[in-house]
Amino acid sequence: MEHIRESLIKKSKKAKLEQIGKFVSFLCITLIVLVVVAIFYFVASKGLATFFDNGVHLKDFLFGKVWNPSSVDKQGKPLVGALPMIMGSLLVTFLSAIVATPFAIGAAIFMTEISPKLGTKILQPVIELLVGIPSVVYGFIGLSVVVPAVRNVFGGSGFGILSGTFVLFVMILPTVTSMTVDALKSVPRHYREASLALGATRWQTIYKVVLRAATPGIMTAVVFGMSRAFGEALAIQMVIGNAALMPHSLTSPAATLTSILTMGIGNTIMGTLENNVLWSLALILLTMSLLFNILIRWIGKKGEMK
Amino acid sequence: MAIITSKDLDLFYGEKQALNQINIEFYEKEITALIGPSGCGKSTFLRTLNRMNDLIPGVTINGEVQFNGQDIYGSSMDVVMLRKQMGMVFQQPNPFPFSIYDNVTYGLRLQQQTYTKEELDQIVEESLKAAAVWDDVKDKLNKSALSLSGGQQQRVCIARVLAVKPDVILLDEPTSALDPVSSGKIEEMLYDLKEDYTMIMVTHNMPQASRISDRTAFFLNGDLIEYAPTKEIFLNPKKIETENYITGKFG
Ligand SMILES: Nc1ncnc2c1ncn2[C@@H]1O[C@H](COP(=O)(O)OP(=O)(O)O)[C@@H](O)[C@H]1O
Ligand SMILES: [Mg+2]
Repeated sequence: MEHIRESLIKKSKKAKLEQIGKFVSFLCITLIVLVVVAIFYFVASKGLATFFDNGVHLKDFLFGKVWNPSSVDKQGKPLVGALPMIMGSLLVTFLSAIVATPFAIGAAIFMTEISPKLGTKILQPVIELLVGIPSVVYGFIGLSVVVPAVRNVFGGSGFGILSGTFVLFVMILPTVTSMTVDALKSVPRHYREASLALGATRWQTIYKVVLRAATPGIMTAVVFGMSRAFGEALAIQMVIGNAALMPHSLTSPAATLTSILTMGIGNTIMGTLENNVLWSLALILLTMSLLFNILIRWIGKKGEMK
Repeated sequence: MAIITSKDLDLFYGEKQALNQINIEFYEKEITALIGPSGCGKSTFLRTLNRMNDLIPGVTINGEVQFNGQDIYGSSMDVVMLRKQMGMVFQQPNPFPFSIYDNVTYGLRLQQQTYTKEELDQIVEESLKAAAVWDDVKDKLNKSALSLSGGQQQRVCIARVLAVKPDVILLDEPTSALDPVSSGKIEEMLYDLKEDYTMIMVTHNMPQASRISDRTAFFLNGDLIEYAPTKEIFLNPKKIETENYITGKFG
């Protein structure tokens, strides 16, 4: 009797615990959702103030080529053209992704298909280490190694899109590589077996089956790398030159959304146009990262359907 | 005429011996069934024939396997050529996540030789017809092969093998993952293919073995216990182990 009663009490204890657990996790989720919504609301309300309160035209903001928020042009309109930074951000993002992708695929093939032992023993820890290095370190190395090198080879100051691309390439490579490794690893073994059994060589199998089956995963990895590159601020700010000019060459000083944002946000007064327009830049960043996220999900879904 | 001969074949996974002095001959344009309880080495043996065991680290093989008089473990053997001549169908249908058309033409696109679109179309049609799945898929050749049912997938996998025109087809329990109807269709189809191909098939399905195979080999614990024409094995087995297995006393 006592035994049964005891077990009954125990069970209800567990059930209680489960309820508490559910409640706590619900609370946490609510908090996270609230924070996210608050951030969006805050950035959006500030960022949109540029257009609603200060009367800047969206077209002048997105396509204007001159950035000097504290002055006005001949017609008295504020000079808040964000195109130089939008271009700068897009250029470093796409260029670094384009350079990083083949390296990442090559390294991932080596680690999964050619020498998994060496891959898991040496390359895996190295990559994990690289992911963990703070971005200021990358920026500092970029500043003291990459910028002088670019200066020596191409002339000019050395600051610009090229140096930025190089630093971002090194920064996103580990992430893209490890995600590509996951994508290749998730290609079922039986696809490889079927291919080899049909008389394919190892390279044909990698090229025609493994890479093809892993394409959605690899694309996700690349987009993920791009979204990191797009949002990176500190390292890029140290090497790009921070001149809000249309980038007319890869080695002339330029700027990204993030670099202008971090440089300017402490030097402007809340509520002024100079400050609001920085929030508009932040809104672009937020929108872009949302787009990258949607893209990643969309690719994932498309991959699943097959 | 024996097309494949294995002589004193041993296979070890690391220290563990999985095949024990296997001596067996397979004959052209026949279906040979390999039967025996799970884990007795049937798949292992089948995979020594197209050297798929090469892919598993730590495998040691002693003895000899001759295919058309050539030692397949000899140094002059071209594994890629060997696998082209010995197609393999696996237990789980394993089409690539590509279109049905791309699945069937995969083996052809590996070769040096290039095919015209018309030639490819024709081979696809012939192969899918021979695999008895043409009527099911002819209107959706560009759909993903993964959208088909298990039985259809397995027949597409067989068509994929037929497209490269192998001499021998190795089948490892090709119907065990399928429902009885699909299983029956594949069985019939294999029987028709016997005119053109030599087939070696692992099966757990005794009625299936007795219906379609010409010879049957009974494996137990890595040993080949008995090998004889199928009728003899099923009606008049010489060894008590064979009889016990066939009558369902163990296994
Ligand atoms: N990759 C492997 N590594 C180690 N042992 C294996 C491997 N594959 C099979 N074996 C062992 O070899 C024996 C034969 O297996 P298998 O050929 O798959 O049997 P069957 O196909 O007759 O069921 C089993 O004992 C199994 O555990
Ligand atoms: Mg097996």
